[in-house]
Amino acid sequence: MHFGPHLLLAALEGLVTSAVLALTALGLSLVFGVMRVVNVAHGEFFMLGAVLAWAISTAISGHPALGFLAALVLAPLIVGLIALVSERLVLSRLNYNPEATIVATIGMLYIIQQLALTFYGPEARPVEPPFSYRILLPWFGYSGYKLSIIAASALLLMATWFVLTRTKIGLVMRATQYDSETAQAFGIPVDRVYAGVFALGAMLAAVAAVLIVPISQAHYLMGQDPLLLSFIVVIIGGLGSLRGTVVAAVFIGLSDGIISVFFSPTLAKIIATLLVAMVLVFRPQGLFGTASR
Amino acid sequence: MTDKNGFFDLSRTGLTRRTALKGLAAGAGLAVAPGFVRYSQAQSSAPIKIGFQSHRTGIGAAYGRWYERTTAAAVKAINEAGGINGRPVEVIIEDDGTDPGRGAEVVGKFATQHKTDIVYGTLFSHVVIGSAPAAGEAKMPYFVVSEGHHVASTKLNRYVLQPGITDVKSQIQAMAPWIAANAGKKVTQIFPDFAFGYDHRDYLPPALKAQGAEVIAQIAIPPTESSFTKYFPQIPAETEVIYHVMVGPAVLTFVKELGEFYGSSRPQLFGFIDSLEATDINSPGLEFLDGSHFWEGSPRYAQPDDSATQKAYRAAVGIDDNGAAVGDPKDVSTAAHMFGCWETLYVVKKAMEDAGYKGPEDRAKLVEATEALTEFAEGPEHPQGPKTFNGKIHQCFGIQNISKVEGGRLNVVHKTKIEDGLYEPEGDYTTQPL
Repeated sequence: MHFGPHLLLAALEGLVTSAVLALTALGLSLVFGVMRVVNVAHGEFFMLGAVLAWAISTAISGHPALGFLAALVLAPLIVGLIALVSERLVLSRLNYNPEATIVATIGMLYIIQQLALTFYGPEARPVEPPFSYRILLPWFGYSGYKLSIIAASALLLMATWFVLTRTKIGLVMRATQYDSETAQAFGIPVDRVYAGVFALGAMLAAVAAVLIVPISQAHYLMGQDPLLLSFIVVIIGGLGSLRGTVVAAVFIGLSDGIISVFFSPTLAKIIATLLVAMVLVFRPQGLFGTASR
Repeated sequence: MTDKNGFFDLSRTGLTRRTALKGLAAGAGLAVAPGFVRYSQAQSSAPIKIGFQSHRTGIGAAYGRWYERTTAAAVKAINEAGGINGRPVEVIIEDDGTDPGRGAEVVGKFATQHKTDIVYGTLFSHVVIGSAPAAGEAKMPYFVVSEGHHVASTKLNRYVLQPGITDVKSQIQAMAPWIAANAGKKVTQIFPDFAFGYDHRDYLPPALKAQGAEVIAQIAIPPTESSFTKYFPQIPAETEVIYHVMVGPAVLTFVKELGEFYGSSRPQLFGFIDSLEATDINSPGLEFLDGSHFWEGSPRYAQPDDSATQKAYRAAVGIDDNGAAVGDPKDVSTAAHMFGCWETLYVVKKAMEDAGYKGPEDRAKLVEATEALTEFAEGPEHPQGPKTFNGKIHQCFGIQNISKVEGGRLNVVHKTKIEDGLYEPEGDYTTQPL
């Protein structure tokens, strides 16, 4: 294949990765930014989204798009609910102590993963895409659904940005992030904000998983890679910075796509990890983060 | 990051040296509790204990489940027929997480804690390679059902045996003539970037060369990869056959993306069913495989010429004519491999009887008795077909099936002969001390 089309393919693949990564990492970043909780179980909420998407879409007969749309709405809601319950039962009782919550979320990771193995099983199961249109380029064919993931992710990111910056809920969240004690003094129910943010973070991961599952499959171990990549993205972009997260996700996604097409996937991972190390050494708050007060 | 509530302050949780010592003492007490040694004095009537190193979790979990079912069915049949040397067989399962490190620990646990007679049942090659040294050190016969060439390469040790399933090198050599004659002469290989894939990488090119065909590109894919489109540009345009061996959960994606990439103008496809074990061949996205060919150790779908013993085996294990669990058509089996569990257990039975096996002190005799075996006739104990066994390289050789995907099922179109897959031994385990 010639260089031009080869690069196009690499860029398309990279953009799909970026789109999913941006949503997942945004959830992680939001939870850390507002709650100062490093949610190690984030990848498992991603996995739950995919597994639920499979369950919902197989329960609904008829055109695959119906099942998929139902999954797109219901799966994140259910995952959000699970996250809400676990936040109330576990994190709030630890008073969001940073070290304790890391250990607690590691525990949640294993509990969720093993429950998925017990009730869903070890198989990788496919979800039918809502439509299967194959875009025929002169050099190769490409999945139309994959392009729609990029569009859907962009819409969702804009919606999140709108909520955070233009609504009262967003204002309350930002106030809590800025200074939770002062926010509380001004009558903001900080613990309810925390619960809501934790649920929202999990829902973002779940929605990313629902989008990716028709081209990947639901599997009980699928949460590990997104977790790792999300951490990379969040560290590079700056914890708690929405803009930084999106920019870093696009950068990591594209570089992963292009480097792994032209060189090797291992090299892409090496470079991403090296970048994390560099950022941690020279700009610990991340490219777009503000230094902690 | 402060520890405001003192969760990590040991002095506050009351963990003193005294309580720690108490805990240690209690743990040690448990380890020597009577339950662990109950049978040591009554060996003659006690069950023969088979430690089953199972991939219950991790990427091999679907295989693990079916290996467990096949093992349970075979053990039931053996026990109903009087057990081994008049003693019942008991299977003790430990999960290895499809992880080499844990695999070695599990072997150690079988040797020191459960005190099993043998360890058995591992599939994934990296787990076998990781566990083999532990088995050799404990002088524990380790009967694997792995398909990899690592046992026959004689690079492991004298305690590792594979008497129930043919190794990859032999399979490839047996099928290469068919591939060259029927699929095409210019082959691109796509394989996972670990031990099992390397067997294919190393042995396919010479096997095809001998048939006047050639491998024109080899593409290694990391086992954790979840998206494959980015590798497809590496497939040369003149490729006539794509030879694919993928394992792990991402295989459906692989096929689907290959379909999107090529559309209807695809090269021939030849694959190892390992890619699609435990996966319904009629899953959405797999239409692309229609008309392609697969290796199968034992056919998943019931074939018109199935022998009576094959039918009996399928009924005993509990799979229907489509190779799925009886009563649950969505629960597709790993039929191409799991027959190896059934046959391996019968080889263990035969070898234990030949050796007059009494207990762990006879483990070396058991290895020698297994090495002395040469042939397994087709029958209820070997339903997949006849096999020969080479005691020097601890490896059996059987027939292979090539199946075509047509009409939503796999139909066997070619069966190889045992001779097709024989090769010069690369070494001799029997020269190693026991």
